[in-house]
Amino acid sequence: MLYREVGQYKTSYAADMAVFPILQDRIGIGVILLVAFVVIPLTGNDFLLNAVLIPFLIFSLAAIGLNLLTGYTGLLSLGTGAFMGVGAYACLKLTTYFPQVNIIVWILASGFFSAAVGVLFGLPSLRIKGFYLAVATLAAQFFLEWCFIRIPWLYNYAISGAIEVPKRTLAGIALTGPTATASTRYVVVLGIVVLLTWVASNLVHGRIGRMWMAVRDMDLAAELVGIRLLPTKLLAFAVSSFYCGVAGAMMVFLWYGGAEANVFAIDQSFLILFMVIIGGLGTLIGSFFGAALIYILPIVLRWVPEAFGLPLHPATVEHLQFLILGVLIIVFLVVEPSGLARLWQIGKQKLRVWPFPY
Amino acid sequence: MHLLYQIFVDPFVQMGAAPDLLAQTLWDGLVAGVLYALIALGFVLIFKASGVFNFAQGIMVVFAALTLVGLHEHGVPAFLALGLTIVVMFVLAFGVERLMLRPLVNQSDVILFMATFGLTYILIGLGQLIFGGNPKVMIANELYLPSGEMRFKGLGGFVSFQKIDIAAVIIASLMVAVLAVFFQRTRIGRALRAVADSHQAALSVGISLEQIWVIVWFAAGVVALTTGIMWGARSEVSFSLQIIALKALPVLILGGLTSIPGAIVGGLIIGIGEKLGEFYWGPLLGGGIETWFAYVIALGFLVFRPQGLFGEKIIERI
Repeated sequence: MLYREVGQYKTSYAADMAVFPILQDRIGIGVILLVAFVVIPLTGNDFLLNAVLIPFLIFSLAAIGLNLLTGYTGLLSLGTGAFMGVGAYACLKLTTYFPQVNIIVWILASGFFSAAVGVLFGLPSLRIKGFYLAVATLAAQFFLEWCFIRIPWLYNYAISGAIEVPKRTLAGIALTGPTATASTRYVVVLGIVVLLTWVASNLVHGRIGRMWMAVRDMDLAAELVGIRLLPTKLLAFAVSSFYCGVAGAMMVFLWYGGAEANVFAIDQSFLILFMVIIGGLGTLIGSFFGAALIYILPIVLRWVPEAFGLPLHPATVEHLQFLILGVLIIVFLVVEPSGLARLWQIGKQKLRVWPFPY
Repeated sequence: MHLLYQIFVDPFVQMGAAPDLLAQTLWDGLVAGVLYALIALGFVLIFKASGVFNFAQGIMVVFAALTLVGLHEHGVPAFLALGLTIVVMFVLAFGVERLMLRPLVNQSDVILFMATFGLTYILIGLGQLIFGGNPKVMIANELYLPSGEMRFKGLGGFVSFQKIDIAAVIIASLMVAVLAVFFQRTRIGRALRAVADSHQAALSVGISLEQIWVIVWFAAGVVALTTGIMWGARSEVSFSLQIIALKALPVLILGGLTSIPGAIVGGLIIGIGEKLGEFYWGPLLGGGIETWFAYVIALGFLVFRPQGLFGEKIIERI
């Protein structure tokens, strides 16, 4: 009923190409942002912020990063976890050497280090593609993981071999470290994610995004119409790794508050790939849906047996989780291979013409 | 200068100085390579026939071995358990075809790849639920696999061979020979090759794709079971095997995704290269380079030959 675009005329090209062409969508996104920025920090409890929303936002950002590479440019990568790790370690080194500079600046700057490493490991992408490339990116994953463990300089020679997040403040309010409150960290994470999502949206709707998509759809044809493949593919690797790096830095500094190299292991790469594919390749909103589903689903699954009062052993619950997640992945792929973003679109289309079928 | 000496001269001097150690390292590499090749073989079988990059091959190895050991623990005689495990692998192949491949037919590669991830999770969950997450001991003695070691004097020292390793090499070679005969000489083998060449042409001459898929997944399951037994007998049956199975991926791209000889040669190159690298060059870098050395070999190789050693030449047309 409410979701009708009757009477909303598009009078210019810009209006026709707008990201949110429908008024109701614009209102909706405004309400979501308002709730996210104002209502949740004021009312949310620590569990909701710490265990659900902060990780959800961080994973969404990483998923957007991978989506730019895999969904928009068509280059399959299994090294996401390692690129996140580069961001985290770069951020630690930067803030160790220059503690007076604000940590938010360093979190964003650490993305550039990750981007540089991404470009380096993206070089083979000119020659190889598809699964060959995916395996080639595994080289990055395992090599970087080895570096995180074997080079003590990276973790400041800490005896534990883990990143220990120092306390950093902004105008007297602790942003990182053990004293930072969940709501402060949440607001910082949310701000960065919203900013970078906005940048990504502009990238993919502009010339660069169209170049990426041309390369994805057919790289030979793209080359023939004058797109230079190597710079385009490397740019995709750079931007994607930048996003992953920032997500990694946030993960350690604003969520875990300390981490070992194993959080950047290959499982993490796979998890983010799940999010991208389940959410929808080549859609930004799909990255959020995918992150929500893959991250929040296990939390829900953990609660279900308790809610029904089933006396299950915790280990059994964990095994069941694997089983159910696997079944769900296949079911989702069978029902809608284009991902949750496509379901969302279909739902919106249905709403527009409701109660008529078309 | 000193570093260059350490990289380019010193390891070879060491090799020359202790030929027995070199022979031992080569043998260890060969055995590891055979096992990588076996896992890669399972991948190649499925990739050729259905175009699916089967990520679940590693967990299929674990699952097959676990089923075998688990059945035996419940009092089933060893060889009956072996037979039952083969039946289980057939049921798995059948189920995968019915519930996963058939609804997803004609989807893009990455979707099918993703679906095998789902399968991986299901098998991990099932395996842990039924057999528990603890490592198990392979029933090597009950299956009449040899144990102990043989030592040979020579090359200025001793070289020792584990009997199980020798058995692994022999069984792997036998299996490859059987598969080769199966592919070249039998009716089903010809059908499999036809499907590998072109799905549509195969369909048009009356080959049932569904049937072929069940057969290749079953064949991959049997290969997985063999790998599981061998590997389990060398160490133990645990879920960490699945991570080691990732090592089969550089083998695959080195040999070419669609080539069975490629999987074997690639496996041997990676296995031997990795052991030599770890033994002679590893200390220079602080050790543990086994985890990524194989990938770097494969990566360097791919830059010059993108389709791998024996892969079909990639021809692109607009």
